[in-house]
Amino acid sequence: MKVHSWSCAVLAGVLALAGTAHAADSLTLLNVSYDPTRELWRDLNASFIAQYRKDTGVTLVIKQSHGGSSSQARSVIDGLEADVVTLASFIDTDAIAQRGLITGDWARRLPNNSLPYTSTIVFVVRKGNPKGIKDWPDLVKPGVEIITPNPKTSGNGYLSFFSAWGSVVLRGGSKGDATDYVTRLYKQVPVLDSGARGASTTFVQRGIGDVHLSWENEARLEVEEAKGELEVVSPPISIRAEPHVAVVDASVDRKKTRGAAEAYLKYLYTDAGQEIIARHFYRPSSEAVLKRHAATFPSLRLFSIKEIALDFPDAHKQFIAEGGVFDRIYKPR
Amino acid sequence: MPSVKRRVLPGFSLSLGYTVFYLTVLVLLPVLACFSKAASLTLAQFGAAVWTERTRAAYLLTLGTSLVAAVVNVFLGLLIAWVLVRYRFPGRRLMDSLIDLPLALPTAVGGLVYASLYAKKGWLGRYLVPLGIQAAYSRLAIVLVLVFIGLPFVVRTVQPVLEDLEAESEEAAASLGATRWQAFRRVILPPLCPALITGFALAFARSLGEYGSVVFVSGNMPYKTEIAPVLIVARLEEFAYGEATAIAVVLLAISFSMLVLINLLERWSRGSEAHV
Repeated sequence: MKVHSWSCAVLAGVLALAGTAHAADSLTLLNVSYDPTRELWRDLNASFIAQYRKDTGVTLVIKQSHGGSSSQARSVIDGLEADVVTLASFIDTDAIAQRGLITGDWARRLPNNSLPYTSTIVFVVRKGNPKGIKDWPDLVKPGVEIITPNPKTSGNGYLSFFSAWGSVVLRGGSKGDATDYVTRLYKQVPVLDSGARGASTTFVQRGIGDVHLSWENEARLEVEEAKGELEVVSPPISIRAEPHVAVVDASVDRKKTRGAAEAYLKYLYTDAGQEIIARHFYRPSSEAVLKRHAATFPSLRLFSIKEIALDFPDAHKQFIAEGGVFDRIYKPR
Repeated sequence: MPSVKRRVLPGFSLSLGYTVFYLTVLVLLPVLACFSKAASLTLAQFGAAVWTERTRAAYLLTLGTSLVAAVVNVFLGLLIAWVLVRYRFPGRRLMDSLIDLPLALPTAVGGLVYASLYAKKGWLGRYLVPLGIQAAYSRLAIVLVLVFIGLPFVVRTVQPVLEDLEAESEEAAASLGATRWQAFRRVILPPLCPALITGFALAFARSLGEYGSVVFVSGNMPYKTEIAPVLIVARLEEFAYGEATAIAVVLLAISFSMLVLINLLERWSRGSEAHV
């Protein structure tokens, strides 16, 4: 009995020591991100952890959570303690901010409107581009089948919708022309997958459709994996996808991780961070790094959401939400 | 009439306590939470969320496909249970364990597999699509996966009853001059009826809420192949929690009333069996 209690005390002491040692030079961050960024963050985290250890002596453990962007946002709203969120759309980050978990004018806190990288919507076509798809009007030629996920359930889906809309109104078309165009476009969508992953499976594995509307970085990976069976076509004009990053104030204040979390996001803007970003086919915000990778990123007119609406939430309300333009496309009769 | 008779084994109040506790925590509480979230809407908002042309089309599709799938399952399930119980053949045990596979398989996998089989370039689709049979991205596709998902329920409820049913009673019927159809209709079917109805109810209820597999095979075209759970996800995507739960509440109410109806039907069929 005596031995037992004695060993217990030692054990407790060791644990306590280990606990304090743990607190002193190791720290855990949780980055809540969206689906196709797994490889990107694996590389960024490895690089940042090494840099942070050199600078501060602290060893970071960065945990990742991936999933559909808006369901990730809902998890954070419902209590998942993310230190930083790196989601696909302003709408998702903004939803978290509206619940008071991210405070103030958060998008202004980091350079380039809190956008360390951007992307856009491009076309993936079959080998040799048999339907000759070069630009948005080519999509609605008779006999062209388009694969794009449901704008109602997918961020990828609504971004493609906005892009299609902008391609008409920013080239002098009226709202009526744009409505006609998107109506024709969605009439030629044979399957409305619920998410980007499903749409990609439909296009690549099932062999359905002539063109797949996709984020540029995902399009690149899709084509790389298809080993010559697919090609990327960049239209002359497309929307700028804005995957904002933000520190979640409520969590970092409670967990006392603000310093590390802010350093983490600032690291994304360094040359090393930007270089990794470019290698994963996201468009880096640094002009110099972008220029270095000019071959990967053809220059096209990237229009901002502000050119077709007030902002992303407004565009979503006008075009996608209940009673918006998208609902009217499918209205029978 | 005394409420509790003396039992051989003690512990009625304890076990009832557990039952009530578990039902509350596992079933009642989530359902209540669902209702209270939906109650955050005004009546007008609730109506606008749950009763549009689009939601009506989705409810009808969900109900219709679930119903068709459950009916198909009653026939298929009875046949399979019959074969497994009444015949001895090599591979019977393997077949028997295959029945439960749809329960174990993540439904999304089921949906993906069905889609790849029946799509234009799939193993089966390449022969079916030229014949005009669209068994992927259509209503037929939804019914197919729902049949797949609901199958174990009918087989597993009918099987034990069938095992208790002695072959002698059929032989007696035959020796008394009953035709095969009469023996089936008058001797075999009545005792199986309650089990068939239960199996039907389980398969039907399971289908009403199915999401994972259906989204991959249906094509999700509004007004055509868009099931009600997809609309719930769509509203969640707008962070419209109230509206999403409102649709869920309607689905819940429909399922619940269907189940009550089926329960009554089952009791009635047991009652009429007792009179025979």
